[in-house]
Amino acid sequence: MGAVGGFFERNGLLLGLYLLFGVGFWILVLIVLPQLAMLDLSFRHNLPPSLVGGPDDVYTLENYRHFLVGNPGNPDRLFLFGWDTGIPFNTIDISVFFRTILAALAVTLFDLLLCYPLAYYLGQSNIGGFGRIFLLLLVIPYWVNEILRAFAFRILFGNSGILNFLLLNLGIVDQPADFIRADVALYAGLGYAYILLMIFPIYNAIESLDRNQIEAARDLGSPWWRIHWRVVIPFAKPGIVSGCTMVFMLTAGALAAPQILGGPSSLWFTQIIYQWFNTGQNWARGSAYAVVLLFACVGLVLLLMRLFKVKMGEIGK
Amino acid sequence: MSRNVGVELDALWVRFGDFVAVRDANATITGGEFFSFLGPSGCGKTTILRTVAGFQAPGGGQVRIGGRDMAGIGPNMRPTALIFQNLALFPLMKVWENIAFSLEVKGVGKTGRRKRAEELLELIALPGAGDKLVSELSGGQRQRVAIARALCAEPDVLLLDEPLSALDLKLRQRMRAELRAIQRRVGITFIYITHDQGEALTMSDKVAVMKAGVIEQIADGRTIYNNPATPFVASFVGENNVLRGKIRAVAEGFAQVETPDGLFRGRLRTDATLQPGGDAMLFIRPEAIALGGGAENRLTATVEAEAFEGQATHLQLRAAAGQAIKMSLVNRGAVRDAHSGSCHQLVFAAEQAVVLPAGELVSE
Ligand SMILES: Nc1ncnc2c1ncn2[C@@H]1O[C@H](COP(=O)(O)OP(=O)(O)OP(=O)(O)O)[C@@H](O)[C@H]1O
Ligand SMILES: [Mg+2]
Repeated sequence: MGAVGGFFERNGLLLGLYLLFGVGFWILVLIVLPQLAMLDLSFRHNLPPSLVGGPDDVYTLENYRHFLVGNPGNPDRLFLFGWDTGIPFNTIDISVFFRTILAALAVTLFDLLLCYPLAYYLGQSNIGGFGRIFLLLLVIPYWVNEILRAFAFRILFGNSGILNFLLLNLGIVDQPADFIRADVALYAGLGYAYILLMIFPIYNAIESLDRNQIEAARDLGSPWWRIHWRVVIPFAKPGIVSGCTMVFMLTAGALAAPQILGGPSSLWFTQIIYQWFNTGQNWARGSAYAVVLLFACVGLVLLLMRLFKVKMGEIGK
Repeated sequence: MSRNVGVELDALWVRFGDFVAVRDANATITGGEFFSFLGPSGCGKTTILRTVAGFQAPGGGQVRIGGRDMAGIGPNMRPTALIFQNLALFPLMKVWENIAFSLEVKGVGKTGRRKRAEELLELIALPGAGDKLVSELSGGQRQRVAIARALCAEPDVLLLDEPLSALDLKLRQRMRAELRAIQRRVGITFIYITHDQGEALTMSDKVAVMKAGVIEQIADGRTIYNNPATPFVASFVGENNVLRGKIRAVAEGFAQVETPDGLFRGRLRTDATLQPGGDAMLFIRPEAIALGGGAENRLTATVEAEAFEGQATHLQLRAAAGQAIKMSLVNRGAVRDAHSGSCHQLVFAAEQAVVLPAGELVSE
């Protein structure tokens, strides 16, 4: 009661109620309920509307089974260390799944390596006005929407794109490089898409690091890499983790960039999910696939957080 | 253990853009000495220390450590260790890791580092605190950890930037004594910054008094107090009365100064260049003024306020021509009648008054 009373005392009745219902509505109605509905749907058969709620509408693991073993009559078998287990295996979906996760991890790592020096530079050097302009320059491109940015990358990386034009005219290549087929465009697009979500948390963390600590380490004889390893990175760790988490989650769940920039042979797991929902008209299976992706990503993030000894509470800082 | 590495500032200038933070500083700091820079806020003390540590490049002149010009040598390669104004301990490392950081840099193994850290914890009287986090220590303990961390690097010169300013009075006094004891024990050169004159005078072998980027005087504490080189030093260090006037006559190390309140005689510095007719200031300490008669310098003044402070009574007086006078009377138990409104004859000896060419005083 004391806490609740204090809450209303601090915020006033009207604002208090608004906060309570606003946040409650947001979390419950917009996040929890739809996800629960999805979870529920993923355990059901794909029935025509007339049969929904009827005797055939029962819970099933069929959708998850399909992710693992594929269609009935699937000739692929699970091989363990070259030994044929005889168990059918959904090679396509599972390999796309792992490739998506690994690629998302790679994109995250790439973004981290790219952003850390930038964030350090912006956060530690008192570059004042110039620094603010620089941050603004980073933000402004994100006023352009995602689809437009993705298509712009197509133009950049296309056969007759700007990059090929430059390479050809500089005589570096004698015929256009196929950046789309080689997935260069895809990874560049994905890497660029969420870069701000990497820079800002790290920048925020590093900005609050006392400059004297860096100087103290230097004064004690430390070379620059050890200063980063022992002083700056441990301090910025919450920012690094929150940046990496967001970039990883969003990259693994990206749809626009893979749709627009992906090569003909590369499929992103979200595209498979999208196909089940859209052309496949099988929402139940789409839900199951989406749930698999969600839990895999959350699990991986939690695992990495444990590995790097980061607590959940630190990320919110 | 003493390595006796001295530091020389040779015509040192430091500029930030157009702003001159240090102007033509010259100082010779002997190895093993406890040397203090004393001056009001913003006078360039930290700047000098950072220049010696290597974080700030001189805009002119040289810093020499152990006779070697330090130009182009980075802070991590200099035989100095700096204790920052805010200590700058590493909050995410344990106390012993903080202390042994310089050894980690040198590639010393964990057992060796731990052992050295424990020895230093012993030295700073914090045995057993090695596994704590910095945030679990009190202000004074952090202070000592910062000292241990700097000493662990075995610097030839330890640079301390107002390391006691954040502590309360009692702790500060204890830490002063401890710092001095540590300095005697390790025998290395200490360059100490403070704007607390008591601190500078009690701890230092030598004090440099600074004003707005300029070193006004370098001497031991006694000389700074008794024989200030400039009006700024005279008014900044300790309490002082200043009587303005013109030189009437100069003879045998003494000068007569003509002031609105009369003619006074005071000591000249040996390097004095004052000539009769020149603008001068005569400084006399409150404790050097007495009630009564006899001495050659006399003036009458009325008590405006008195403050009893146990061992002494501080009086605010005003002389006939408007000159404000501060004086302190040691309490010898006798009943004095120096109450407000009473008029007295004040005297002081010429040996205790200092005559300097008129100049800028410390701004209150
Ligand atoms: N990086 C800088 N850029 C510009 N001006 C500076 C810089 N560092 C110091 N200054 C200026 O130089 C002067 C001396 O600064 P410094 O820090 O040396 O003073 P200080 O004597 O240590 O003062 P305090 O007792 O307050 O610590 C100040 O006027 C300050 O504004
Ligand atoms: Mg300072």
